Amino acid sequence: MPFHLALAPAFVLAAPNVEFGLPMPHKVFLNRLKLTEFRNYAALSLELDQRHVVLTGENGAGKTNLMEAVSFLSPGRGLRRAAYADVTRVGASDGFSVFAAVEGMEGPVEIGTGTAGVTEGQSRRLRLNGTAAASVDELTDHLRVLWLTPSMDGLFTGPSSDRRRFLDRLVLSLDPEHGRRASEFDRAMRSRNRLLTEFRPDPAWLTAIEREMAGLGVSMALARQEMLGLLTALVERNVDGDVFPSARLALSGFLDDEGHRPAYDLEEQYLTMLRDGRPRDAAAGRTLDGPHRSDLLVRHREKDMEAARCSTGEQKALLVGLVLAHARLVGDMTGHAPILLLDEIAAHLDINRRAALFDLVDGLGGQAFMTGTDQAMFEALGDRGRFLTVSHGSVTG
Amino acid sequence: MAKRVTGPEIEKLIQLLAKVPGLGPRSARRAALHLVKKKDQLLGPLADAMGEAHRKVRICSCCGNVDTIDPCTVCSDERRDRSVIIVVEDVSDLWALERAGAMNAAYHVLGGTLSPLDGVGPDDLNIKGLVQRVANGGVRELIIAVNATVEGQTTAHYITDQLEGMEVKITRLAHGVPVGGELDYLDEGTLAAALRARTSI
Ligand SMILES: Nc1ncnc2c1ncn2[C@@H]1O[C@H](COP(=O)(O)OP(=O)(O)O)[C@@H](O)[C@H]1O
Ligand SMILES: [Mg+2]
Ligand SMILES: [Zn+2]
Repeated sequence: MPFHLALAPAFVLAAPNVEFGLPMPHKVFLNRLKLTEFRNYAALSLELDQRHVVLTGENGAGKTNLMEAVSFLSPGRGLRRAAYADVTRVGASDGFSVFAAVEGMEGPVEIGTGTAGVTEGQSRRLRLNGTAAASVDELTDHLRVLWLTPSMDGLFTGPSSDRRRFLDRLVLSLDPEHGRRASEFDRAMRSRNRLLTEFRPDPAWLTAIEREMAGLGVSMALARQEMLGLLTALVERNVDGDVFPSARLALSGFLDDEGHRPAYDLEEQYLTMLRDGRPRDAAAGRTLDGPHRSDLLVRHREKDMEAARCSTGEQKALLVGLVLAHARLVGDMTGHAPILLLDEIAAHLDINRRAALFDLVDGLGGQAFMTGTDQAMFEALGDRGRFLTVSHGSVTG
Repeated sequence: MAKRVTGPEIEKLIQLLAKVPGLGPRSARRAALHLVKKKDQLLGPLADAMGEAHRKVRICSCCGNVDTIDPCTVCSDERRDRSVIIVVEDVSDLWALERAGAMNAAYHVLGGTLSPLDGVGPDDLNIKGLVQRVANGGVRELIIAVNATVEGQTTAHYITDQLEGMEVKITRLAHGVPVGGELDYLDEGTLAAALRARTSI
């Protein structure tokens, strides 16, 4: 049985500004964006301002590419989760680079990132105000970037790994440590799987690995639970009114119904599960218990129906509602609304929903980038938006 | 094909120097040229020193350090507090901690970390020797100063389990040591602070 989450105490402490009527601090937005050898942009330089950015143009013009560039202003591989080699423009002699002047959470900051001049394969460099940063994680000190793309449309019906990744991105946006824990857990688990393939593996060695897995795995599970708790509390306040359906969220598949117990107990329990599961896991060739088996369960709250059974339009609306709630949560927790990237957002929504969406997005207090094929779809945004036309890797407006 | 500039002896010298950490092919070439030019002042004495070191270098049978005497200089230092053993992955970590000068203790070099993915198991590491040292008595505290990697932490769990039931306090380096940060690369102040603020397991 999945468990439902109680309101986490941390949320009360970090209570949102809106609730107490405090003014939101200054807006985080991109002042300038420069791309070099990025996808179909050989070179692009854009001057921006506080307004939201609307990108319209034909299919294949480069709208999503531009958003992907903005997504590189957050840690990770961006909204396409692409290999960096694919991001570099075909035919370019060096790697790609993205430069942005940002009115950031700690004030103005110049961010440069990319693989230009990088010789080893899978890394991208980061420079902040002209100096090399130790890790791309430092980006989260300056801005948060969240996105919703058409590739996420099948989230509720697709494999659970997609939903786990979605959930982990939510967690990551508030807890940058989550990514490290997840990759270390993965490494420990692969170590265990490897050891289990041996003839009579050393049980003490297995136990040592399982201890490491237990520590990491339980903290991953607890971080996810906390995130769901925060999001649930926010959704329950139902700030979106009737515009977008709200979701009921739950986790299933790992330590269900156990969220209230202390971490130490959970670690011991998981340790026992792993020890008992050795013969089974050895036969299966993989570890069958753990946070890598969790699934995010989503229900349409008003209809009380599994998201996977809702209509395509309802699923899209649920997803939009979730992403907006997440954006609001990030804004509440960090004090600054995130940059939102909404790719092909207008397509599934009727004219009233669209207008309502723009109001909600604008109400978050951050800068949003939105794409569509037709500027008319964004009419309701009015002068809150900056309208740009994308064509063959160049932008006019 | 490029024309040769030097005879095979010097070419070989360059090739070997290029394998020294910190020396690439270019700097190896420069170093070789310098050595050859200073044949009597540098090349000869260096060759002698290397030959001597090669004849005498061994692994300390007690702690796993490398030195020219066995037990090593650290192990045979009477002024050290031998009731405290700092467990490290590599000799370079031992040297880094000594440079920080935070502890006047004995050491134990594991020679790596447990890593199924790299085919390194308990028998490939100097763990039995450590358990034996503790079993021999006189050890009050074991400071496990392995890196904060998955493999390092797994190795720490393993050692802790192996010592279960023995009269020894086991502590770990305090946090503040960056994740996956190799001790070898940390500055002395950070190392000293991590040692002072170690935590009990
Ligand atoms: N590495 C690359 N080099 C050059 N062009 C690329 C690269 N990657 C993708 N493209 C091109 O970018 C275009 C897609 O751009 P995209 O931003 O997805 O379009 P849309 O405007 O429809 O969102 C395609 O024409 C594709 O061939
Ligand atoms: Mg697109
Ligand atoms: Zn020694």
